[in-house]
Amino acid sequence: MSRSNQRWWMGIWLFFISFFSCSAWSESQLNLTKGVTAVSREVYGLHMLSLYICTAIGIIVFGAMFWSMIFHRKSKGAKAADFHESTTVEILWTAIPVVILIAMAVPATSTLIDMENNDNSDVTIQVTGSQWKWHYKYFDQNIEYYSVLSTPREQYENQNGSFDGNGAHKDENYLLEVDKPLVIPANKKVRFLITSDDVIHSWWVPAFAVKQDANPGFINEAWTNVDKPGVYRGQCAELCGKDHGFMPIVVEVKSSEDYDAWLNEQHALTAKAADAEKASLSASMGKDELMQLGEATYMAHCAACHQPTGLGLPPTFPALKGSQVATQGSVTDHITLVLNGKGMMPPFGKQLSLQEVAALVTYERNAWGNDTGDVVQSSDVKAASGE
Amino acid sequence: MTTNTLNESLDDAHNDDHHDHKMTGIKRWLYTTNHKDIGTLYLWFSFIMLLTGGALAMVIRAELFQPGLQIVEPDFFNQLTTVHGLIMVFGAIMPAFTGFANWMLPMMIGAPDMALPRMNNWSFWILPFAFAILLGSFFMESGAPNFGWTFYAPLSTTYSNGSTAFFVFAVHIMGVSSIMGAINIVVTIMNLRAPGMTYMKMPLFVWTFFITAYLLIAVMPVLAGVVTMLLTDTYFGTSFFDAAGGGDPVMFQHIFWFFGHPEVYIMILPAFGIVSTIIPAFARKKLFGYSSMVYATASIALLSFIVWAHHMFTTGMPLFGELFFMYCTMLIAVPTGVKVFNWVATMWRGSMTFEIPMLFSIAFVILFTIGGFSGLMLALTPVDFQYHDTYFVVAHFHYVLVTGSLFSIYAGAYYWLPKWTGHMYSDALSKWHFWCSLISVNLLFFPMHFLGLAGMPRRIPDYALQFADFNKWVSIGGFAFGLSQLIFLAVVIKCIRGGEKAPAKPWDGAEGLEWTVASPAPYHTFSTPPHIEDIKGQ
Repeated sequence: MSRSNQRWWMGIWLFFISFFSCSAWSESQLNLTKGVTAVSREVYGLHMLSLYICTAIGIIVFGAMFWSMIFHRKSKGAKAADFHESTTVEILWTAIPVVILIAMAVPATSTLIDMENNDNSDVTIQVTGSQWKWHYKYFDQNIEYYSVLSTPREQYENQNGSFDGNGAHKDENYLLEVDKPLVIPANKKVRFLITSDDVIHSWWVPAFAVKQDANPGFINEAWTNVDKPGVYRGQCAELCGKDHGFMPIVVEVKSSEDYDAWLNEQHALTAKAADAEKASLSASMGKDELMQLGEATYMAHCAACHQPTGLGLPPTFPALKGSQVATQGSVTDHITLVLNGKGMMPPFGKQLSLQEVAALVTYERNAWGNDTGDVVQSSDVKAASGE
Repeated sequence: MTTNTLNESLDDAHNDDHHDHKMTGIKRWLYTTNHKDIGTLYLWFSFIMLLTGGALAMVIRAELFQPGLQIVEPDFFNQLTTVHGLIMVFGAIMPAFTGFANWMLPMMIGAPDMALPRMNNWSFWILPFAFAILLGSFFMESGAPNFGWTFYAPLSTTYSNGSTAFFVFAVHIMGVSSIMGAINIVVTIMNLRAPGMTYMKMPLFVWTFFITAYLLIAVMPVLAGVVTMLLTDTYFGTSFFDAAGGGDPVMFQHIFWFFGHPEVYIMILPAFGIVSTIIPAFARKKLFGYSSMVYATASIALLSFIVWAHHMFTTGMPLFGELFFMYCTMLIAVPTGVKVFNWVATMWRGSMTFEIPMLFSIAFVILFTIGGFSGLMLALTPVDFQYHDTYFVVAHFHYVLVTGSLFSIYAGAYYWLPKWTGHMYSDALSKWHFWCSLISVNLLFFPMHFLGLAGMPRRIPDYALQFADFNKWVSIGGFAFGLSQLIFLAVVIKCIRGGEKAPAKPWDGAEGLEWTVASPAPYHTFSTPPHIEDIKGQ
């Protein structure tokens, strides 16, 4: 190897060393998570086993290649040998990989059998994906709620900002935070029944090694048993349309006592909400108050498609500004559309309180210069829903 | 028509070797039935598509350069990833291989042309229309298809945008083109081999294209079927994939991947053929095990029909199904291993030189094997639950498709450029092309493994902060790799316009009939079948 060649190699080597030891990497995770369940640790073990096997095979195969590239080169005066076709060698390099594969298949099979055993669960939760949020429903508990991305839009929408490497400020859990996380107890077998309201989503929490598709019209099962309380984050893993990257999953694992306390708190909240709903029927809200609540509701539930400006993203997501429904159409039709959905638009009747729907419709009929002057009250919504 | 009469009639047509009978100007290319012209058309078309699909990927990488939405809307981002995938698979890699088949198969088996020259013309000329339709949908009000190149229902049916019908029509045309191309390859190889060239004396290159053509004929109709079902679900009220009407969205995935997995091998088996031709030439040593390579190729092709559901482990398959597809998938490692071991054994104690085709082939063997390793890891169902739909998968299939298929295409292009153009390529420029590509492609795709393991899902326009560092490097690698491909364009143009005159056989270790004709190859070759007593099984 000539001197200049050596310098080249040193340069390349130094580049790689500095590349991988760069301080920026200290925060980046390089490997699969071990997770916090027995299954996720088994999965991690399998991952490492297969990684080591591949590395070993790689060293042998690439070693042989580089050996002949260095020593069997014509410029070194190497003369080509004349051997080819050897049944013994062929049988060997067919049989040895088969043995290695069996060595990998055995632990993989036992882990898989474990993962697919959904029996004897302590808690069952129905997980429903929809564009672009998750809905959790606790069986036998009368608790259900939606879980929506809570990162403010200002943090990720910087199209109009400069491309300066900073963009808007971003919080620590940027895009991995939700308004209401799923809460499950530690050290209990929790079974998830996973389905979807519209397209296929996939519910994935890496720390549990659970990833299961949410298929519309079908129910999939998965389970976990977490041994460490804490907050674990995941994301939707199946392309589900525009905001596929914006429907994270957050799971709060609580100790048994904390979990029971949380359940009680939720029951109390549900009762309170029911009372409030009843009270709102007879109450009448001022327009300003309605507009304020309406704007908040709109931003949380409608702005992803119809946009904060009300201009939508036509033709898929129509504009509300100046639209037939929000200006000329009757209030009742407007309410019915919000409650029941239409085509790609999901029904919101299940997700929003009467008061929220009233405020939302008021907002949509008066914002962005729609200026119909209509004021909608909870009782109007109740009447329109025909219940 | 029997083989003999076909040969005779073709001989009659071209008995006057000194006249090419070719038209001039654009008509030459529009009306051509000459396998070399059509091969050239395919190769240029695929390169243009490579640059187009690459340009889309550059926008993707620019958006992913840093967290936050900077350049494109999420919906447009989905259109970019979808069309990037479709263009690279159906527009870049597959037509490039068909181009190789057209140029080289007749010359390798001593045939005067492809067996069905007019169909050959047609199968090429419908392709530009297919891609014009697909790319044109970017300019529709609703935008281009946005449901991923795998177009899972119901995202591609009930929830699709207004361009779905155009997408379906474009895919149909691509399928028709592929099927015609494949039929032509099969008929040519079965009927037009020079007398004495038995199947087991064919060059391995011919074998791999022969087997690939059968795969195409078997699965392209399945693709046509699934896009038609998608069309009727979207526009005519059927419910193949809609549970509300008794259908099943997962059935879509079964049908799609029954096409999709053999499709993966359609894009890699010809690469095996090219590399198996080049490595013996520059190691100056016979391919270690010719017949085992043939059997390995055939076994991979057969196995490819029974592994499709390994793309679907998370869809909620029964345990038995998961085990079956896991075992079958792992089994593919065996014949693939045989291939890699054969290439290494061919190099072992050879007399190697490192011209550009050999450099690309060696890079192919190493980097394709890395893609194979991640493939083996993905085969293990329990771990696949963690890898599935993350950047680990993106890294895996780009290693096998870019540093695998694309690198083999470059290797083959450099290997046969002297035969095609009559000139040697520029050594300095092509070295730049190789080294820039090699370094940037690894900067581009290797860190994707880490991103996937750390938990970054694929097909997202924005990501959490812990993924920021690697994404920056990946984007830089992406831009560098994209720009490096322009060097290849310069090499090719320079090589066509002039350069050192190439001898009939520029590589001293090369074997095969194509090196017995002059460089550049005359417009018509082997109007009378060659004498091939000298040809032995490799």
